Amino acid sequence: MIRDTTAGAGAGRSAFPPTRQSAIIALRSGSDPERRRALDTLTGIYWKPVYKYIRLHWHRDSDAAQDLTQSFFLAVLERDFFQDYDPSRARFRTFLRTCLDRFIMNEDRAAGRQKRGGDHERVSLDFGQAESEIHLTVGEDEPDRLFELEFVRSLLSGAVDTLRQEYHTGGKQRHFDLFERYDLDRADSGEKLSYGDLAGEFGLTIETVTNHLAAARRDFRRIVLDRLRAMTASEEEFREEIRTVLGIDAA
Amino acid sequence: MSALSDDHLGSLRGLLDYPDLTGTRYEIRRKLAVGGMGSVYLAHDRALDRNVALKVLTIPDLSGERAARMMREAHVVARLEHPGIVPIHDVGRLSDGRVYYTMKYVEGATLEQFRQPETPLPDLLRLFQRVCEAVEFAHSRGVIHRDLKPANIMVGPFGEVLVMDWGIALAATLTRDPATTTPDSRSERASEAGHPVPGGESAGSYVPTPNTAAGTILGTPAYMSPEQARGETVDHRCDIHGLGAILYFLLTGRAPFEVFDSPASPDRIRKGEVTPPRTHDRRIPRRLEAICLKAIAPSPDDRYQSARHFTDDIVAYLDGLPVSAYRETPWEVALRWFSRNRFIVFIVVAYMVVRFLLLLWRGI
Repeated sequence: MIRDTTAGAGAGRSAFPPTRQSAIIALRSGSDPERRRALDTLTGIYWKPVYKYIRLHWHRDSDAAQDLTQSFFLAVLERDFFQDYDPSRARFRTFLRTCLDRFIMNEDRAAGRQKRGGDHERVSLDFGQAESEIHLTVGEDEPDRLFELEFVRSLLSGAVDTLRQEYHTGGKQRHFDLFERYDLDRADSGEKLSYGDLAGEFGLTIETVTNHLAAARRDFRRIVLDRLRAMTASEEEFREEIRTVLGIDAA
Repeated sequence: MSALSDDHLGSLRGLLDYPDLTGTRYEIRRKLAVGGMGSVYLAHDRALDRNVALKVLTIPDLSGERAARMMREAHVVARLEHPGIVPIHDVGRLSDGRVYYTMKYVEGATLEQFRQPETPLPDLLRLFQRVCEAVEFAHSRGVIHRDLKPANIMVGPFGEVLVMDWGIALAATLTRDPATTTPDSRSERASEAGHPVPGGESAGSYVPTPNTAAGTILGTPAYMSPEQARGETVDHRCDIHGLGAILYFLLTGRAPFEVFDSPASPDRIRKGEVTPPRTHDRRIPRRLEAICLKAIAPSPDDRYQSARHFTDDIVAYLDGLPVSAYRETPWEVALRWFSRNRFIVFIVVAYMVVRFLLLLWRGI
């Protein structure tokens, strides 16, 4: 069974070492446990983009999309889909989406011959939450853009959860609260908030607020880059991804 | 897992790029722009309780060369104290060693955004005159901008004009050339006063400066001077071309080296082949077209030799006087004279009509 490595406590921690190597490369490892861990990491970040892509681009209802998402990741495991991936020819994300499109077309053809599911192994994924997020993506019609947007959403959401978990276990809850209040809530509400306001609200000095926020942003960046590195096969692709997906120039 | 909205994603993406301002008196607000070497952020200066624009190096800089360039940029701009040049407030290094500097935060529109088809031409020309004056001042301090374009000119809410982004500016070295400098020339007088002045008869006294950094040609292709595009050494007359390119934009709404919203071919830029402004719009006055074409002439020797001369022609045009770039026909001289003295002509004609009517009435 494939675990949802980004959901809940310990998200992303057990799936791959803290300083991540490329999960894409690990997929080609001769060691089964290592390949399995790599696939867990990929699934953890990609299952939501895959599910939402099937829902919105292929216009499948929730049940069909869940079924196809499960089948796709099981097929990846059973049929070694990603063994053919050549980093010099395309980004991994593009390759994965192409595999997904082919998979769905093949499944459609096979649908008349064989009923899917039934006695198959199931992947444990929280589709209810993914479905509740669908409204955030509606309106994006271009397939590449849709898949990329959902990939970024999944990447950053997982990073926020990992940061929360790290700070919770590390006794730095105040750091995360400040980060959440200033960098997450404020973005949503558009509220005008200064470090001075935060200092008053949390009973801290402005210097402490500045330091805590800087530390949280540093850690958030580290986590995001680690996760992104795991999703790329080469340093070149990694740098290209941070530029195009995250819009930043330096790692 | 947290459900992140698109607003969250935008904010978090920006966050990944935020510089660590620990130990400074600034707190970050949001990203404003991304430049060639660094990003510019809106930051709040807690000590003075005001917003500033904070520029910080964002690209890898293993050799330290870029940090040195940014520090040099800060020093170059800091010595340009002029109402038309964005002032630098502070310069320093972040805790991670990256160089940053803060400057005045200008709310307003870039000239690119400010120019609308319905904006009166004289208004645009008066703004442009102020740009020329700022550049002339920079030249008088031995500084060449090298990337003049509408996007680098800010028009503030009160009509103030500021030349921005001196990121690839160069502090040129002025040396006196006895063969080209006469004792009574402007540059001589200015040099005595401690203000080197390029241009005019003393243009040859500028030591040309290389136009490349680490093998890369600097500038913006659609507004670039041919000598920059060829990677040759440049002097202050590449800024004259830049000013001419801005005037071209003000007249036509497009860059001189632009084809269907994309930069023209490198070969065209290197040769300096531009479509005359009146080809785009026949209503553009011939005299203004001539001024513009002189400023963006392919050869620096054929351009205005100083920003002052360029400004003089713009002012002459606004005042209805002859301009050096255009030889008028007698008919055009008469029309311009008539246009400039319209009121006097009206008074004289009115007087003559009244006299004629009076004579006629007495005759009856």
